[in-house]
Amino acid sequence: MTDTSQRTRPLRVLAAMSGGVDSAVAAARAAEAGHDVTGVHLALSANPQSFRTGARGCCTIEDSRDARRAADVIGIPFYVWDLADRFREDVVEDFVAEYEAGRTPNPCLRCNEKIKFAALLDKALALGFDAVCTGHYAQVILREDGTRELHRASDMAKDQSYVLGVLDDRQLAHAMFPLGDTVTTKDEIRAEAERRGLAVAKKPDSHDICFIADGDTQGFLAGRLGKAEGDIVDEAGNRLGTHEGAYGYTIGQRKGLRIGTPAPDGKPRYVLDISPVTNTVTVGPAEALDVDALRAIKPRWCGAAPTGPGTYTAQLRAHGGETEVRAELVDGALEVTFTEPVRGVAPGQAIVLYDGTRVVGSATIASTSRATAGAA
Amino acid sequence: MAYLDHAATTPMLPEAVEALTAHLSVTGNASSLHASGRRARRTVEEARETLAEALGARPSEVVLTSGGTEADNLAVKGLYWARRDAEPTRTRVLASPVEHHAVLDAVHWLGEHEGATVEYLPVDAHGRVHPDALREAIARDPDDVALATVMWANNEIGTVMPVRELADVAAEFDVPLHADAVQAIGQLPVDFAASGLAAMTVSGHKVGGPYGIGALLLGREYSPVPVLHGGGQERHVRSGTLDVPAVAAFAVAGRLAAGQREWFAREIGALRDALVDAVRTAVPDAILGGDPAPGGRLPANAHFTFPGCEGDSLLLLLDAQGIECSTGSACTAGVAQPSHVLLATGTDPDLARGTLRFSLGHTSTEADVEALAKAIGPAVERARAAGLS
Repeated sequence: MTDTSQRTRPLRVLAAMSGGVDSAVAAARAAEAGHDVTGVHLALSANPQSFRTGARGCCTIEDSRDARRAADVIGIPFYVWDLADRFREDVVEDFVAEYEAGRTPNPCLRCNEKIKFAALLDKALALGFDAVCTGHYAQVILREDGTRELHRASDMAKDQSYVLGVLDDRQLAHAMFPLGDTVTTKDEIRAEAERRGLAVAKKPDSHDICFIADGDTQGFLAGRLGKAEGDIVDEAGNRLGTHEGAYGYTIGQRKGLRIGTPAPDGKPRYVLDISPVTNTVTVGPAEALDVDALRAIKPRWCGAAPTGPGTYTAQLRAHGGETEVRAELVDGALEVTFTEPVRGVAPGQAIVLYDGTRVVGSATIASTSRATAGAA
Repeated sequence: MAYLDHAATTPMLPEAVEALTAHLSVTGNASSLHASGRRARRTVEEARETLAEALGARPSEVVLTSGGTEADNLAVKGLYWARRDAEPTRTRVLASPVEHHAVLDAVHWLGEHEGATVEYLPVDAHGRVHPDALREAIARDPDDVALATVMWANNEIGTVMPVRELADVAAEFDVPLHADAVQAIGQLPVDFAASGLAAMTVSGHKVGGPYGIGALLLGREYSPVPVLHGGGQERHVRSGTLDVPAVAAFAVAGRLAAGQREWFAREIGALRDALVDAVRTAVPDAILGGDPAPGGRLPANAHFTFPGCEGDSLLLLLDAQGIECSTGSACTAGVAQPSHVLLATGTDPDLARGTLRFSLGHTSTEADVEALAKAIGPAVERARAAGLS
């Protein structure tokens, strides 16, 4: 296997280019470093655009054109690969099924795990490429013993290691993140793009979920899962209102509950629990969101799995802060205890464990235990 | 570098470049009445005569357009509108399913927006329309047919259509037949008068002329409704100021291509045969597309299906080694789909994803074929390992 961390010889690099500024600059930096870079845009959504070929746009044809334009300026070959079927199966359907089951998934993590560093990487390796390059902000560090570590980006504010926490050692061995070791603002990346003649320099940032173009996740889910009216209840089971589908709620959510009667203490109420079986959403006070332990399944390790209990910092959502935990593998699942209770932890989310800046691994939150619930 | 994509575009002939550049610095609108206009008009009309002679047509039958796509649209839409206007029952359009998108999408559009009933003619495993199939389709109701359109030779798999026989059938029923001959000129004997066609599309950049120029050869008895309205140039069928330098260069290329056609068919045909042999030697299970008989296909076309491969993967691997070819016809959206031509010939959709078209041209050499012979085996092996994602 070729090691991407050895920068002594040029590698054949496949740069995933979304049409955005980060991936364009990443591809340009890889090419400038002397690697033999080929750009590829992934067509991920299957919207028939015309009768002609039943042609699939990517997220949009415009993004594909922007990526192609950037590749032309960088001076690298460019192709569009149709991974829409895989994306639908592994990311979109998973996303819908998770919400349907009352959980809160992170599709970007799933995409990195199953598409960018699986379907795409496998195809790239088979075609003779050594590495897949993306515009993620994270660092792969090669240690003297030949193993690799995934670390937070130099610039903590831009760090995206959370959504890469699902990558294993083999995937890391073929990952290249040219933006990860730069301490820089978005403006500086845009300035660099401008300097390199990349027209995407001024393109607005993409955000939210790429396959929900208008950002209306509720509407998307309603379209997929249909209306399913159910009760909104308090912790004692008193009916406070109705909802049009429990899948539309996320634990910790406060807005959009549409409960007529205020809480007795006048304090805001939050979603505490979602039960798809009874189609019930339970709400209650902020304190009831406190969690002091959780169980997470399907752990993936960036390197060797820890052998005993250990103390780590944990991140629980893409832009969340760090919190101290003790974690231990018990029967293949991760048992996590928080030093201080944390609020608003939703099953389905990923917990990523860190040792300093190093990503240790990740797992999918299956259940939580609450300090207040335990006391009640 | 081995350029094996001449069917996409072929290098301009030096004589055509010379004609183009010489006229770029000459002022004159060919519609103007003054001396500059007259000079431009003379250039255009001489070019028109040259093209007519090269293609077996009368000068007045040459309607200059911006290229093959426009000529196809003018023929298909214009003839449909004219026939329907004259006889409102004539709304049936017969087309081969292996047409270039310039015809296929135009025909489809007529069906979607202009009340046409589009009927795709059956083709055999080589993608060929048989005259009996056309006869059967017209005879079912000869009075409702607006037009038929069948390309002279297929741009992907190279199959040559029996144009003369098809035109005879159409003529029996007084149905105008259009043929897209973009790939045929310079490679096959193309004589508009002898063909019996009502209309025929040709393009400049496929025969060593410039981009952005083409023509619809149009029998004098036909007056298609214009697609472009304006100053009334080109028999009031195609308005727009003529691109004098491009017209002049197109004529030079058309004349030279027609003149060296026999040389081309012999020499480039032999090179193509060598390419086919080389690919088959390197990849024994590669499937040659189109008609395997030398007389049944374009002399410069070789089309292969590589089972278990994604055409895009092969393209990438060959491109990385400086070998330029195509998976079929270019797709503007950028995502490869199985070719409609292959699907029409009954090819399995998975199989149809693994195709490559190699097309030779006037600058092709043995070295091009040797480069491909060396690269294709390992590329197919790699692409197979990558599989069909």
